[in-house]
Amino acid sequence: MSPSPPNQPGRPEQVESPGSRRGSGRRSAGGREVAGRLPWMLVVPALAGLVFLVLPLAGLLIRAPWSTLPQRLAAPHVLEALRLSLVCASVATAVCLLLGVPLAWLLARVSFPGRRLVRALVTVPLVLPPVVGGVALLLVLGRRGLVGQWLEASFGITLPFTTAGVIMAEAFVAMPFLVISVEGALRGADQRFEEAAATLGASRWTVFCRVTLPMVMPGVVAGAVLCWARALGEFGATITFAGNFPGTTRTMPLAVYLALETEPEAAIVLSLVLLVVSVVILASLRDRWVSAS
Amino acid sequence: MGERAVSLHAHLVVVRPAFTLDLTLEVAPGEVVALLGPNGAGKTTALRALAGLTPLSGGQIVLRGRPLHTLPADSRPIGMVFQDYLLFPHLSALDNVAFGPRCQGVSKAESRRAAAALLERVGLAGRAAAKPRQLSGGQAQRVALARALAVRPELLLLDEPLAALDAHTRLEVRSQLRRHLADFDGATVLVTHDPLDAMVLADRLIVIENGAVVQQGAPAEVARRPRTDYVARLVGLNLYRGVAGGAGVKVGELLLHTYEELDGPVFVAFPPAAVALYRTRPDGSPRNVWQARVEGVERHGDNVRVHLDGPISAFADITPAALADLDLTPGEPVWASVKAVETHAYPA
Repeated sequence: MSPSPPNQPGRPEQVESPGSRRGSGRRSAGGREVAGRLPWMLVVPALAGLVFLVLPLAGLLIRAPWSTLPQRLAAPHVLEALRLSLVCASVATAVCLLLGVPLAWLLARVSFPGRRLVRALVTVPLVLPPVVGGVALLLVLGRRGLVGQWLEASFGITLPFTTAGVIMAEAFVAMPFLVISVEGALRGADQRFEEAAATLGASRWTVFCRVTLPMVMPGVVAGAVLCWARALGEFGATITFAGNFPGTTRTMPLAVYLALETEPEAAIVLSLVLLVVSVVILASLRDRWVSAS
Repeated sequence: MGERAVSLHAHLVVVRPAFTLDLTLEVAPGEVVALLGPNGAGKTTALRALAGLTPLSGGQIVLRGRPLHTLPADSRPIGMVFQDYLLFPHLSALDNVAFGPRCQGVSKAESRRAAAALLERVGLAGRAAAKPRQLSGGQAQRVALARALAVRPELLLLDEPLAALDAHTRLEVRSQLRRHLADFDGATVLVTHDPLDAMVLADRLIVIENGAVVQQGAPAEVARRPRTDYVARLVGLNLYRGVAGGAGVKVGELLLHTYEELDGPVFVAFPPAAVALYRTRPDGSPRNVWQARVEGVERHGDNVRVHLDGPISAFADITPAALADLDLTPGEPVWASVKAVETHAYPA
């Protein structure tokens, strides 16, 4: 038998069983590297980039006041900020799920005039500076805002500088993450399953609940986790729209920023908590949902 | 059953930029009609239009005297088996079958009871808890059939029900499917490109090419008297269109002597096995003899199929031994003959 051609390193790996999809990317590198020296023009900047990304995090770990960590974590104002952050991010995620999943469905499944424009608009908060988002929210929902005025006059509801305001600011900034993720999952899902359900007598609502949603659930979960993480770290829109009042609107990122001025060690502890939360989310995403799709 | 002779009456018109489907379809209760045709002929489009998944551009669908085309897919009393089954991957086999009854408002317990009974009928009582990915191709096909029957449809639609199966499973599933279709008392329309599936499963064939019906009839009738090259190829016959006169049938330059004596435009068909090949012109009996040219040779089952060009193009099936004796190579001349009694002529 003639030796296999060297320019087809991927071939043998394609024969593996379908169940081993997850590991295939890693395994195919084993022993079949492209021959030749690594180009330093790529390796040096790559290493520099890695150091640049990892060093600040390492610094956070090195400078952390490990001996006093338990007391500092248990400090009332830290617990308060943490509790507020978790509650607000979770409620904001729930709001995003409630509104964002139907919106994603609309964008993915219903063709209507101006759909491309709507899709572009949905992603605006993604690239908008959060502070600008906060200003925009104030202009609309502030006490003198277009809708805020009416809300206060008719129902006596004021949103700015309240916990509800924090939730609104976080949902505003985080919802695009959910919509994009769910819409992508919906577009990737085979619509013929929905047709099959229709031939079995399922209305569009039943199809959505019993077929579409279960099939795109990984995308919904991934989107919700990203959305929650984004909401948890929200700073600019929150401080602009909801202010910085301990107990009602001072979330973790705000507390970190404030503590940096007065009590740097507390800031490190708070940052550490946020870092741990982020890493846990990332790890759970990679293992359970991202690599599976 | 005599009082309602026609269960389904449909005139399907679907217009697309480069394709038009225009098809009239009548199916009696309990009858199985197969839509047979090459890829892109419009078979699946017709089925989807019946199901309400593809909108009609014109025509109508009437099922048991009630208009169907005005209803959305989820309100039509149909059951559909899709080519790759489309079993819901997140539901067990039982819940897949119970899905339809649940949508019709039947209670959960009752739906599951009905689903279990249906699974038992298709011989899968033991696989009720299995997820679709744990089922073999043949099992998935039977679950898909049970799921379609669970809604008690008046019209059963099957899209290439056996195409996704390997040859061995296919044989077994085909005979089971035939039994289940015989038990079903509504109208059945099935789509296939496999003549064998159509012959075994259907009471009547409708052959579609380019969106229009080219031939219909009982399977035996279609197999014996093909009317297009596509059908002739499917049933394995050489087919020619000619004009019959007193002496025989004129096909192009060639005069073919046929068993039947007819007048006017006719089709002449004969099987490839009826064609005999010779190196030199055969003498004697009054046969149809013409000089042909070998175009190619291919294996065909245990025999060899020789593609012939000449006054008429034809297939000839000969044994490998005969091929060796004749020493045929492409491009070479050869004499071909067919006995008149082996030809079959019928009005065009």
